[in-house]
Amino acid sequence: MSLTNPHLKFASQAVAKPYFVFALMLFVGQILFGLIMGLQYVVGDFLFPLIPFNVARMVHTNLLIVWLLFGFMGAAYYLIPEEADRELHSPKLALLLFWVFAIAGVLTILGYLLVPYAGLARLTGNELLPTMGREFLEQPTITKAGIVVVALGFLYNIGMTLLKGRKTAISMVMMTGLIGLAVFFLFSFYNPENLARDKYYWWWVVHLWVEGVWELIMGSMLAFVLIKITGVDREVIEKWLYVIIAMALITGIIGTGHHFFWIGAPGVWLWLGSIFSAMEPLPFFAMVLFAFNMVNRRRREHPNRAAALWAIGTTVTAFLGAGVWGFLHTLAPVNYYTHGSQITAAHGHLAFYGAYAMIVMTMISYAMPRLRGIGEAPDARAQTVEVWGFWLMTLSMVAITLFLTAAGVVQVWLQRLPEDGAAMSFMNTMDQLAVFFWLRLVAGVLFFIGLGCYLFSFRQRGRLPVAAAVTA
Amino acid sequence: MSETFTKGMARNIYFGGSVFFFLVFLALTYHSEQTFPERSNEAAITESVVRGKLVWEQNNCIGCHTLLGEGAYFAPELGNVYVRRGGEAGFKPYLHAWLKAQPLGVPGRRAMPQFNLSEDEVNDLADFLKWTSQINTNDWPPNKEG
Repeated sequence: MSLTNPHLKFASQAVAKPYFVFALMLFVGQILFGLIMGLQYVVGDFLFPLIPFNVARMVHTNLLIVWLLFGFMGAAYYLIPEEADRELHSPKLALLLFWVFAIAGVLTILGYLLVPYAGLARLTGNELLPTMGREFLEQPTITKAGIVVVALGFLYNIGMTLLKGRKTAISMVMMTGLIGLAVFFLFSFYNPENLARDKYYWWWVVHLWVEGVWELIMGSMLAFVLIKITGVDREVIEKWLYVIIAMALITGIIGTGHHFFWIGAPGVWLWLGSIFSAMEPLPFFAMVLFAFNMVNRRRREHPNRAAALWAIGTTVTAFLGAGVWGFLHTLAPVNYYTHGSQITAAHGHLAFYGAYAMIVMTMISYAMPRLRGIGEAPDARAQTVEVWGFWLMTLSMVAITLFLTAAGVVQVWLQRLPEDGAAMSFMNTMDQLAVFFWLRLVAGVLFFIGLGCYLFSFRQRGRLPVAAAVTA
Repeated sequence: MSETFTKGMARNIYFGGSVFFFLVFLALTYHSEQTFPERSNEAAITESVVRGKLVWEQNNCIGCHTLLGEGAYFAPELGNVYVRRGGEAGFKPYLHAWLKAQPLGVPGRRAMPQFNLSEDEVNDLADFLKWTSQINTNDWPPNKEG
């Protein structure tokens, strides 16, 4: 850790850097496996049996979750000391946990790739406490236990920092979100024999994460960056933050019911799930208003324009992906036909990218120049490349969403709407959708190029740090 | 936002609203728990069904298929495969034959791996899928193609 980095308020914030770097490395892996799957959608036996689709998907989704967790942790290690106005309780613990989590994560991914899944289950003693083989929670039980240990150490570290320091709304909301994340993850250990019950509590992890406590984390990261880049009064920003997260939880908790329509849960959820989840776009709309308002009322011109673009971009894209695309199929009478179709996939992609991938990149864009000792912002050329990366990735993801939505509409038309006998089979329907899947693959390649631009923007070789240039 | 609406008021709405709706959520969960035994026909969950669920999980079937609409969207829905592929008379033999035939090896076609399941494991899996098809899902999927 450099003690001489003048761009950090507290030296211990530097532990955020490895978290951000590793998050972006995993992001690259996620996209590579996404491309493999995109090709398997049209060339079904591509890489078979070396990397069957289920393995590629597991790697794709698990890498997403893990890189976002690294991003959240990095954000917390950067943000909490600054908000608490004191050094992190234990930078050493933060670095130790980084290595524990990174090594456990890599081993798990290697396990997916090198061992047949049933073998991995045997190897890790899944039968003793079966938790594997459920979507997104495919990790061996021992990995899940490792995640809990890392989360506890992490919460202890930032919790102690917070207890001893200044308590702001931003840091308290972040802390609440992170504690919620850890608490709801515990439901991944509960795997009842009754599938209906299993699915019901599975959503306590998945929905109460992404449509619940993760929104608290996102809101606090957004509020933090907006204070820094706009200079708007903290009172105003924190009031907005409370309004946004109030809306998120008031709509989102009962909104869980939109996942309970068709899994064996009682009929009351058809109404409650529809009504409350129909209001779930509200917090995302409020975030858009929030970001634009604060940037318009800015009291300073921050040199990091790329970070401002990410901050506004994440709210707009999250509103489109989570809000609009979520609303499209959230009402029970619509969802009856769209549930588990390509419409679901379309929504999932834009929502995760817009809300969570982009908020982490917002934070990285703001914090990384300081962490690297460059200054408040990278130079103009680096920012231009970063902005190219922003637009290429974002527009490609919008394109992926549109192509998958078109595929989904046709799928519903052919496979879901007709009566028994007239409806087309799943496999035949997929053949009809090939053109959309090819276009989606092209958009995926463009996304990968955008990611390349984004990563290339970190290259600063031969250019002087801003501070040094001033004194020269 | 206007000056009369303070940060403290916003915070109280957040705390009060979240706690209230989480309590409502718990009450609704209690209600759901009361209905699961009947709606899922819990009495029909035999040891074989339980073992079949484990076979389902430990081979990561959800990585390609959907089950009651959840999972990957790469391969057919299996919540109602029992109904679609033979029912009481035909499903078990169908599942044995189908799993034995994998991978089909048709060039360019989506390929299902060979999982080398034992006869018992396939029987258990069939029982699990049969039980699953009888869960009261509010009449989903719309037709037997899933």
